[in-house]
Amino acid sequence: MSPAWLAGALDLGGDLLVVPLMLPVVGLLLGLGLGGRHLGRVALPLMVLGLAAALAVAAAVFKAGAPLHYALGGWAPPLGVSLKADGLSVVLLLTSALVVLAVGIYAQRPFGVAPGAVETRSSLAFWMLLLGVWSGLNTVALGQDLFTLFVALELLTFSAVPLVALDGRAETLAAALRYLLFALLGSVLYLLGAVLFYGTYGTLDIALLAAAIGGADAVPAPVLAAASLMTVGLLAKTALFPLHLWLPPAHAGAPPAASAVLSALVVKGSFFLILRIWFDLMPMLLTGMAAQILGALGVAAILYGGLLALRQARLKLLVAYSTLAQLGYLFLIFPLAATSDPAGSTDVVTGGMLHLVSHALAKAGMFLAAGLIAASLGQDQISALGGIARALPITVLAFGLGGLALMGLEPSGAYLAKSLLDGPAAASGQWWWGLAMQAGGLLTAAYLIRVFYHALAGFSHPPSLKSRPARYQELVALALALGALLLGLLPAELLGLVAIGRSGVELGGLP
Amino acid sequence: MSMALAVDAGLALLILGLGLWIIAVRSSFAAVVGFITYGLVLALVWVRLAAVDVAMTEAALGAGLTGVLLLGAAARLPAEAPGGGPSAGLRVLVAVLCALVAAALAAVVLSLPEPAPSLAPLVAENLPPTGVKNPVTGVLLAHRAIDTLLETVVLIPALIGVWALAADRAWGARPGALTPVPSSSALTLLAQVLPPFGILVGIHLVWAGADEPGGKFQGAAVLAAMWVLVVMAGLADLPKVTSRLMRYTLVLGPLVFVAIGLAGIWSAGAFLALPEGYAKPLIVTIEVVLTLSVALVLGLLLAGPPKERA
Amino acid sequence: MSGVTLFGLCGAALVGLGLYGLICHPGVLRKILAFNLIGSGVFLLFGVIAKRGGGALAAAGTGIDSDPIPQALVITGLVVAFAATAIAVALLLRLVEVGGRGTLEDQAPASNPPHQGPKP
Repeated sequence: MSPAWLAGALDLGGDLLVVPLMLPVVGLLLGLGLGGRHLGRVALPLMVLGLAAALAVAAAVFKAGAPLHYALGGWAPPLGVSLKADGLSVVLLLTSALVVLAVGIYAQRPFGVAPGAVETRSSLAFWMLLLGVWSGLNTVALGQDLFTLFVALELLTFSAVPLVALDGRAETLAAALRYLLFALLGSVLYLLGAVLFYGTYGTLDIALLAAAIGGADAVPAPVLAAASLMTVGLLAKTALFPLHLWLPPAHAGAPPAASAVLSALVVKGSFFLILRIWFDLMPMLLTGMAAQILGALGVAAILYGGLLALRQARLKLLVAYSTLAQLGYLFLIFPLAATSDPAGSTDVVTGGMLHLVSHALAKAGMFLAAGLIAASLGQDQISALGGIARALPITVLAFGLGGLALMGLEPSGAYLAKSLLDGPAAASGQWWWGLAMQAGGLLTAAYLIRVFYHALAGFSHPPSLKSRPARYQELVALALALGALLLGLLPAELLGLVAIGRSGVELGGLP
Repeated sequence: MSMALAVDAGLALLILGLGLWIIAVRSSFAAVVGFITYGLVLALVWVRLAAVDVAMTEAALGAGLTGVLLLGAAARLPAEAPGGGPSAGLRVLVAVLCALVAAALAAVVLSLPEPAPSLAPLVAENLPPTGVKNPVTGVLLAHRAIDTLLETVVLIPALIGVWALAADRAWGARPGALTPVPSSSALTLLAQVLPPFGILVGIHLVWAGADEPGGKFQGAAVLAAMWVLVVMAGLADLPKVTSRLMRYTLVLGPLVFVAIGLAGIWSAGAFLALPEGYAKPLIVTIEVVLTLSVALVLGLLLAGPPKERA
Repeated sequence: MSGVTLFGLCGAALVGLGLYGLICHPGVLRKILAFNLIGSGVFLLFGVIAKRGGGALAAAGTGIDSDPIPQALVITGLVVAFAATAIAVALLLRLVEVGGRGTLEDQAPASNPPHQGPKP
């Protein structure tokens, strides 16, 4: 029995897609126009609405059992731009809405402006940039046109980069600049790829391009070049090894609320587009050497990120290197999906998306918790965390649960994801990917146990705290971590939602 | 070799030479000057490619405003220590790799399909319902309106990002990157005489852009340039970042665009659709309002983060 | 070899040049210039594709000499590139003000001083 608003939303059909697309944009514009100091308070109801919109789209797609399409302006591709909401879109919309809402609640304290007080630089900047990131993510989730997706990527980058340097120190400014330069290189390579696609087929619509490419006998050289360029560009934005240099200082240097969004969502946006290119646009790529290379780079990221995380002295940097490692898991989907049968490959994609969501929730929770710890102690050296578990039990619990979720403890999302990925790995005889996942799991456990050890040590001598976090901040971090941990309890039908729009990997035929 | 080909070859060589200059020259200042020249020659190339709208945008925005931005930056950089950067061996390696990339790209360009696929016929067919005669304007504001909308939205976080680089205590102040030049009679004269014409040119570009080459981005760039000139001559003050009026103007364009787009759901069946018969007036409205907002954003992006006046 | 193809090769060369500058120049301003160079090379390639697409139409005398869609996209791209340059320049100038340098030195994150942050 669906509530009235939901029933009404489901009736809208394709028009429904306009809501998540435009809601953050309108929030951004009205927010700037009507008064920066109200932004923090007004943003919260907006984010709740956004979550409702994402749920409505999910319900509509689930009910239809097929993706929703929408031609913007009434002009169908190739002339116009279309939107599509399939299982993958829905997952990204929901995850973004959830994490943005959580961060919005958490950030009331550091970036909120009391009624009557004057607008500050950091408060206006934070809320506007957060809304910008959210707009970019929703457009990435729904867009079907390569150029519209380019503009969405730029929106993401321009909103994310200034968040890194929000505290104005030279270190974070340098980190932001490095991030910007990598991201701009990524954008320009992506655009070059899009240009080559247009040059070969005269359209930028993903569905039309996929049909044209799938229908040809051999993939033309410009198209291969285009796919490689776009992938490399997006890898730079997703910080996959070896293009990862910018991520640790940037994510560790940003304010905790921003780090949460950066690690949980922003890097996933460019990854999402890699998924679109490899699974929707050119599935024949999956069978080739390139997919194996992506997988190998993923393994390198898992090992490199994990080993470096072990060596970090600072908590926030440890969490940032952990992001590098966890991103590596996502790239194992590519080699695994190719060599499975269509049902298996859908499982692989579902597993990948589950890992994406689980990491997003867990990492956001961990960054928020790490931020609270750092602020209370005045520093975030891991060796000096003694007694913090006694002083800030909820916060440390949040961090711990998030860590357990990352480690893949049942019933976390990561556990379910690994089980979905292990099946095809074993079935296709590519045992080395499974081995890499195990190694990664061990490293994750190692660096997190190190943190737990220090946090739990000196339990009888809690340190004196410079400031106490607000209770709601701790609870938000805890909620995120719990979300990641309990993700595996989702009913199987909901997992089927991810598969809507996936027709399985049909090699050599029309996708 | 025909005359046209000779001209094209000359332009191509000039472009390549300027590109090399920009990369290779020692002084940053010289590199920026080279870049401005490069932009202007590139505009000529665009004309040769029969893309006059793009040529105008490149000249005004790519060479003009970007040039001003980079010149200001070059003037504020500390003196560079010579050397630095990767070792000679690494440089050679990178150079070889880049040459390979360029060669691969060139090969790809040469292997693009003939006859070239094109959406031009489709655009031509679908231009009359939009009411405008300039196909680029039709594409920007009707067929692919979402890209234009998103792109105007993108400018706002970019501006916020620039403003966020202020010191905390400087928040209510005016942007400080365009320091007025100590009064120079030549500059003051220029700033008094040129803007009226510039503003007329900008307005004309927007108005005529519906049917002839031109449009809001070109017009906005010209208007922004005139404003910057006036500010640098010390004849006007930049608005404070907290200024209400400025913020309304900033968001007015995109909001009107979104509003018209949403209205399109009821009047024409889809978001950003234009109803029959009202298409051209709506497009012109959007263009005019957007020009205001975009000109303001472009100028403010040049103006930098707020700084306390000493 | 037509003029259009020449410009296409030019665009390819510019991308290569810009890539070299982006990777090898230590100064951030030069990196920004190099990025603009790559961008203009990509736009030029797009323009070449547009002109090729307009060729048949021009012969038919429709008055459209070049595919309008790439032109529109390049204009959008030029605006986005300007915004990117503006952010980069603003970051650079602030780094010069606060940190006294115009290059990105190699940061060793592990040796950073303890996190001294504002409230969370």
